[in-house]
Amino acid sequence: MEIIMAFVIGFLFMAAVYLMLSKSLLRIIIGTGLLSHGAHLLILTMGGLGGEAPPVLSDGAKTFADPLPQALILTAIVISFGVTAFFLVLAYRSYQELKTDDISLMRGSDEDE
Amino acid sequence: MNNFLLLPIIIPFFFGIILMLGRKNLTYQRVFALLGVGLALISAIALLFKVKHDGIQKVTFGDWPVPYGITMVSDMVSVLLVTTTLLIAFFVVWYGFDSITKEREHFFYYPGIMFILTGVNGAFTTGDIFNLFVFFEVLLMASYLLIVLGGEKGQLKGSIKYILINVISSALFVITVAFLYSVVGTLNMADIAVKIADIQQPGIITVIAVLFLMVFGLKAAIFPLYFWLPTSYAAAPIPVLTLFGALLTKVGVYAITRTYTLFFVHDLSYTHQLLMVLAIATIVAGCIGALAYFDVKLIIIYNIVIAVGVILFGVSQMNEVALKGAMFYFIHDMLIKAALFMLIGIVMYITGTSDLRKMGGLMKKYPVLGWSYLIAAFGLAGIPPLSGFVGKLLIVQGGFEAGSMWGSIFILASSLLVLLSVIRIFIYAFWGEEKETSGTVNTKVYKMLFIPTALLVCITVAYGVGSEWITPFMDDAAKLLNDPSIYIDAVMKEE
Repeated sequence: MEIIMAFVIGFLFMAAVYLMLSKSLLRIIIGTGLLSHGAHLLILTMGGLGGEAPPVLSDGAKTFADPLPQALILTAIVISFGVTAFFLVLAYRSYQELKTDDISLMRGSDEDE
Repeated sequence: MNNFLLLPIIIPFFFGIILMLGRKNLTYQRVFALLGVGLALISAIALLFKVKHDGIQKVTFGDWPVPYGITMVSDMVSVLLVTTTLLIAFFVVWYGFDSITKEREHFFYYPGIMFILTGVNGAFTTGDIFNLFVFFEVLLMASYLLIVLGGEKGQLKGSIKYILINVISSALFVITVAFLYSVVGTLNMADIAVKIADIQQPGIITVIAVLFLMVFGLKAAIFPLYFWLPTSYAAAPIPVLTLFGALLTKVGVYAITRTYTLFFVHDLSYTHQLLMVLAIATIVAGCIGALAYFDVKLIIIYNIVIAVGVILFGVSQMNEVALKGAMFYFIHDMLIKAALFMLIGIVMYITGTSDLRKMGGLMKKYPVLGWSYLIAAFGLAGIPPLSGFVGKLLIVQGGFEAGSMWGSIFILASSLLVLLSVIRIFIYAFWGEEKETSGTVNTKVYKMLFIPTALLVCITVAYGVGSEWITPFMDDAAKLLNDPSIYIDAVMKEE
């Protein structure tokens, strides 16, 4: 199972990097979304997979998955959703204002122009 | 159990919520913002003396035993930084009354400041590595708001880069914490330090150390990860820029200091050597930037990069003298950067431009402003008895003691370049022929901007001249950084 997860995480990171290297702002944002999903899966895997019983609810559970990484992911997911939503709004606003979503046209400060 | 240490975090948070109601009433916004920061500052000062008197304070939420709950720890290092943060924030809020535009004040400028203070103070106080990530996100989210508030073209351009960099570094932070958790199986910082000491820092921990350096280095703007900082910061209006320049990079520096003095202390020849080399490269890169530009904002912004290098050089030496110097320089730099940004804000208000070549001859009309700037500039460069001197002297002394001859010489040489870069502003803006100014100067606004700035400059002078009284606090902080067992014992002991 860990091997499969490693491949999935690697694929997510690969896709994220590919998307983030493009010029379109929307693709970059999708890339950051994939990047944070990869990171969340990584936390889950790092705590150790498997286990049969829930860790806290039942007495005498011998094999249970580590609950802590799940708590961590929950926090990280909320944060990354919030940031992604903010980023999308910002991208929309800057598209209105700058009339482009091409990141290579957004270089430098106003004084350089 | 001692909930007292949470006050500097909770008071700004509480006032942030209160300020979100009634955003149209400017008097309400201003009075409550200043009141909130003032109350938090008083509680932080009280906490400072309590920590000095009774030792390290801690609280674990929900009354869990230590490695299981989230611990907040207030030691001398964190409480000094929290107090300085709130002190600066107080002056920035005051300064902002006449510097920030009305539209921004209506659109959650003050709540933004309050939440950024919550995040910064929380990051300084927390004793849990994942909680550090959460507080980082709190302060980043507030900083996203502040940097883009106003929606000018330059701000939108700058903030896209800023957010993108921080989203990537946050993902890296989560990944790094996951790796660390899988190796040591705990998130409490004191417990991590114990576990790493038990297993004597094998190679994988050193890899994690370098990953942490990348994550925090992105926020702290060390070489070569500082590339995003100048354009992003320059986009923000002056009070926001002051807050960012004085506080945000320093949170990254604090995180590097904490992890590199508490966790990763068993393979110094690799990790701390790397940190030292990067710190020196940061200083060189910052010096080049500070001398290359004719824009006053960018000159001071590159001086942030230089200061980060100087502090981290002190940290990388890992002896008590250098760490004491690093702490001295840390606080000094937060204060003096805030003062300098506020001063150039006034210069920009008077002249209506940030281009040095269009300024000149301000000395005739504004002599007091000129002298305050000169004092702040000398303080930044570390001319005795002003505040930069003690810190730099101790860092260099510690560097020589640890045998880093060349590094220390770089630090000394960088002082001259720093002095040159800030004196250039003085010569261009205050000397020479008076130039036509495009800004319209209102004497009342000028006074409102100048009073908090002058007070902050006075505080930086007092910090330098009165360093004898500050030394006992710095001694405690340096002892704590130099010997991780003090921190570990204080956190891990049962009530």
